[in-house]
Amino acid sequence: MNKNTQREILVSGLGIGVKQGQRWRIRGVDISISRGEIVTLIGPNGSGKSTVAKIITGVISPTAGQIIRADNLRIGYVPQKLEIAQTLPINVTRFLSLTKSHSPQEVRKALEMLEVFHLKNAPVQQLSGGEFQRVLLARAMILAPDLLVLDEPAQGVDYAGQGILYALVERLREQTGCGVLMVSHDLHVVMAQTDKVICLNGHVCCSGSPDVVAGSPQFLELFGQEAQQTLALYRHEHDHAHLPDGEICNHSTTLGDSKKGASDV
Amino acid sequence: MFDDFLVRALVAGVGLALIAGPLGCFVVWRRMSYFGETMAHSALLGIALSMLWGVNLMLGVFVVGALVAIALLILEHNQTISIDALLGILSHSTLAVGLVLLSLMPWVRVDIMGFLFGDILSVSRLDVLIIYIGGAVLLGLLIWFWRPLLVATLSVELAQAEGLNPRRAQIILMLLLASVIAIAMKLVGVLLITSLLIIPAATARRFATSPEQMALIAALLGSVAVISGVFGSLTWDTPTGPSIVVAALIIFLVSISLPALGGRRK
Repeated sequence: MNKNTQREILVSGLGIGVKQGQRWRIRGVDISISRGEIVTLIGPNGSGKSTVAKIITGVISPTAGQIIRADNLRIGYVPQKLEIAQTLPINVTRFLSLTKSHSPQEVRKALEMLEVFHLKNAPVQQLSGGEFQRVLLARAMILAPDLLVLDEPAQGVDYAGQGILYALVERLREQTGCGVLMVSHDLHVVMAQTDKVICLNGHVCCSGSPDVVAGSPQFLELFGQEAQQTLALYRHEHDHAHLPDGEICNHSTTLGDSKKGASDV
Repeated sequence: MFDDFLVRALVAGVGLALIAGPLGCFVVWRRMSYFGETMAHSALLGIALSMLWGVNLMLGVFVVGALVAIALLILEHNQTISIDALLGILSHSTLAVGLVLLSLMPWVRVDIMGFLFGDILSVSRLDVLIIYIGGAVLLGLLIWFWRPLLVATLSVELAQAEGLNPRRAQIILMLLLASVIAIAMKLVGVLLITSLLIIPAATARRFATSPEQMALIAALLGSVAVISGVFGSLTWDTPTGPSIVVAALIIFLVSISLPALGGRRK
């Protein structure tokens, strides 16, 4: 993608803060996602990743800062996990029209885009993990979203499965030009095509582009051939550390340690 | 024709089954059967309080049922008492408090058995009218909110992210349940109401391939159970409310011995 072309900004937040009770869940977070851009949010549990994602999707409003959304922004959401009770009869076609009605043509197009059209009449409870992930993506893509939001989509999936998912997301971005916000549980391994990684821990700890180290034999050994095209490492550039209660203490001397920890994976 | 108590009973019972079936699907999907049971039991407390304050019985039952539901929603996240124990406490204590209150009002002459097990053969023309108007409103609301209710049942996060308020859907479902209980109380009694919600829905699961189909089939099966139960009770001189539940049970048992259509090949 040409870096010089000015891409339309879909969502941008400036100095976002969310206060719950007496405590700031997140504070001073700057984030922006443009059309065709993939942004990956990483951070430890409880670092506010989901809170930021909820701000972006508009589920919650920030206590501080401001958020600007493009007019008529359509968001497609892929939830973290979705367990459908056996007691609820629902097939793939009906599942795609869950939040909005769609014509059979639209359903066909979305299922074909994810190569799962042959499953159109299958009960969703009988799909394999990989099939269901594609159906979840198809359900989000049928909305023709400007922004695709994936909440920890690769949780509980091995690196091979993660690679397949990332390849799918990359293809969807190429085909539709949508922006992508990926919330990841993995602190170091991110999608190779990520344009920007934002590391959160209550605030933005660091951000930047990931290192594509696919050529290195160690990487190949760790993640396999499959991962070569899709996974990349993110090198943290922290200039501060967090006390156990989350308070920030600045001492740049520990910089080297955190860097080392990141690249060792 | 409407002067015949039998016709009134059948028409009223079918009217109730038509709303109880679809609503019962949500009770089954959300695993809320004990929740529904608790709300139904609280109806007796609603009856007692209505008598004490001299308000309309249905209104009293609805208000108490709704309050119990809201209390449960608030206490749901309490860590020291499990939701399971909480339901057990509320379910039986509201029933017991209702019975005690009624016995403390000797000036009130009520047929407690009628409230516990229903008295469908004594429904008046006004009762039938209330069931149909109330039922139509409830069915209308259920259809109107069908999508948010269904999405909130499947995934709260998804409903939130795509702008379908799941919390509101949950509250609407509770209010619909409280209303159906208020309407159904006279027909099948507080102890048997949940069976009309759950048994037809559970039976319908095996024959449905979509949520909407399951709701329709549950409504039909519920109606069949009411009709068979009423005629069965006349033929064998058995109590009508329990006979309806027995009919629903027989349909359920027959259905699980039939081959499934709804794809449970797994």
